Amino acid sequence: MGKKLLIHNDHVPNIHTYEVYRAHGGYASVEKAIKTMTPDQVTDEVKKSGLRGRGGAGFPTGLKWSFLAKPEGVQRYLVCNADESEPGTFKDRYLMERHPHALVEGMITSSYALGAKTCYIYIRGEYFYVSRILETAIKEAYAAGMLGKNILGTDYSLDMYVQVGGGAYICGEETALLESLEGKRGNPRIKPPFPAVAGAWGCPTVVNNVETIAAVVPIVNMGGEEYAKIGIGKSTGTKLISASGHINKPGVYEIELGITVEDFIYSEEYCGGIRNGKKMKAVVAGGSSVPILPTDLILKTAKGEPRLMTYESLGDGGFQTGTMLGSGGFIVMDEDTSIVKNLYTFTRFYHHESCGQCSPCREGTGWMEKILQKFINGTANESDVDLLWDIQSKIEGKTICPLGEAAAWPVAAAIRHFKQEFIDVAKKKEFKDVKHYFRLNNLVETV
Amino acid sequence: MSAQVHGTQHFDKAKRAEIKFSDASMATVQEMITRYPAGKQKSALLPVLHIAQAEFGGWLSPEVMDYVASVLNIKPIEVFEVASFYTMYNLKPVGKCTLEVCQTSSCWLNGAEDIVRYIEKKLNIKVGETTKDGMFTLKTAECLGSCGTAPMLQCGASFHENLTFEKVDNIIEKYKSENRLRSYTDLDYKNTL
Repeated sequence: MGKKLLIHNDHVPNIHTYEVYRAHGGYASVEKAIKTMTPDQVTDEVKKSGLRGRGGAGFPTGLKWSFLAKPEGVQRYLVCNADESEPGTFKDRYLMERHPHALVEGMITSSYALGAKTCYIYIRGEYFYVSRILETAIKEAYAAGMLGKNILGTDYSLDMYVQVGGGAYICGEETALLESLEGKRGNPRIKPPFPAVAGAWGCPTVVNNVETIAAVVPIVNMGGEEYAKIGIGKSTGTKLISASGHINKPGVYEIELGITVEDFIYSEEYCGGIRNGKKMKAVVAGGSSVPILPTDLILKTAKGEPRLMTYESLGDGGFQTGTMLGSGGFIVMDEDTSIVKNLYTFTRFYHHESCGQCSPCREGTGWMEKILQKFINGTANESDVDLLWDIQSKIEGKTICPLGEAAAWPVAAAIRHFKQEFIDVAKKKEFKDVKHYFRLNNLVETV
Repeated sequence: MSAQVHGTQHFDKAKRAEIKFSDASMATVQEMITRYPAGKQKSALLPVLHIAQAEFGGWLSPEVMDYVASVLNIKPIEVFEVASFYTMYNLKPVGKCTLEVCQTSSCWLNGAEDIVRYIEKKLNIKVGETTKDGMFTLKTAECLGSCGTAPMLQCGASFHENLTFEKVDNIIEKYKSENRLRSYTDLDYKNTL
């Protein structure tokens, strides 16, 4: 069993309540930080821990915090990015739904480090019911004196609010999230200025993912150096992985960074292997944006080394033969899966979610969806594969925010590793999809 | 909000005069405004639109958007540009229960398309349509963060996961018998189906 730091109390009944959470050691990091440490000392521990942003980008959290501008007399804000929308990712929802106080505690400790007097949790609108759970937890924390004026009798005061979004993937991009927090369309801002200088309402702001903020709790409790001992190299600590697709045990798993991909997919502790005795065909390792890899390349690097669940190992080989850990959205596909159809669902998603500001993304995602629709309709030509490649290559790096890359990478990777499948579909002039529902429920189709 | 701006919907002055939040909703809205710095009350727009949609029949008419603008002291166009950007706000009337079936990768891998076809057949409507009795609207949605419990559909605040045809039958039966508007803001989000 690997070490668990975030959802270790999963088995405890009513861990979502303040009383039970506190009885199991909850809010110790708030006590330790506020009573015995300076804000800079907390930031130093986070730096030492090597914690990297868990939302997908993997940027060192301590470094991000150290960029925060601190002009006299200007409010600073901590905003939690709970706009989890990356296809294949559902770990933040799991954490917030079952362990809401882990996030609230992390928000208090982090806000103290950053000198924020007000903090916000921006949660995607579809998770409205989760916002209710968080609001209840926040109310409990206020009642217990962990929030509000003079926390634990110190002169530190903090207010925390939840804001629900309106349904837009783009609001997971931090500047779009800030626009949305301000009651506007989720159009990403041009950087610089970065949010650390001019974020929410023009004030210095740090935006961190739910899991990142929750990870601050064990870091402060155990010390940054101890935390850094978990994991391998620059991939320190534990990570929540959302596992879905054709596996026996889909769900959220907390892993120590550094276990092998093979172990994660096939061991009983985690995914439990592929369903219905099928073979694995491909894996999307870090949410829909990261390159898809065929079985041989996800299990082993191009050099033949076992692939590990770390930022470095999954990235080994660049995009030619590697991928990214991303958000930890792990989608496994069995041998009958059509990569063409899967790519179609991804591209439809990005077309739907493009905010429309930048032409390459707005138009490019639309054209990619249309062309992939031709494959599904059985009207595609072989030359359409090259056309798809051409379009994706013209989006990357030409947009304000990374949604352009996120839309282009899956197309590039699918063609890079499964080009023949696209050509075959185009040649046959017909597309046959397996009946997923009947197959997975072991039912015989009667209609 | 003028008819020209909105395009399809006509602005009705008489209707607009009748629109007013209940006292409870108004109190919530006023509290929400205090969560943001002074003068930044527009920040409350997204949550306030959810409240408005739930209170005024499940969609945002031009009159309702005009009213929200007046409550937050912003221009009607600022409301419309937000309402038209985010997928959760309906700019046209919908049924009492909007069934939103997720169709992105993991849900597709687990048979979301069959669930959509099954509901279409059962309710005799296509995606995007509303049943004649005004009870159900069927929509498809992009990733709702339920990939490990796919396929799934959302109706109001409730997530219905690990769907089977039988479960869909039960959901539709239950909602039919309850016969009320289901909103994202509903408090009874814990579903038992």
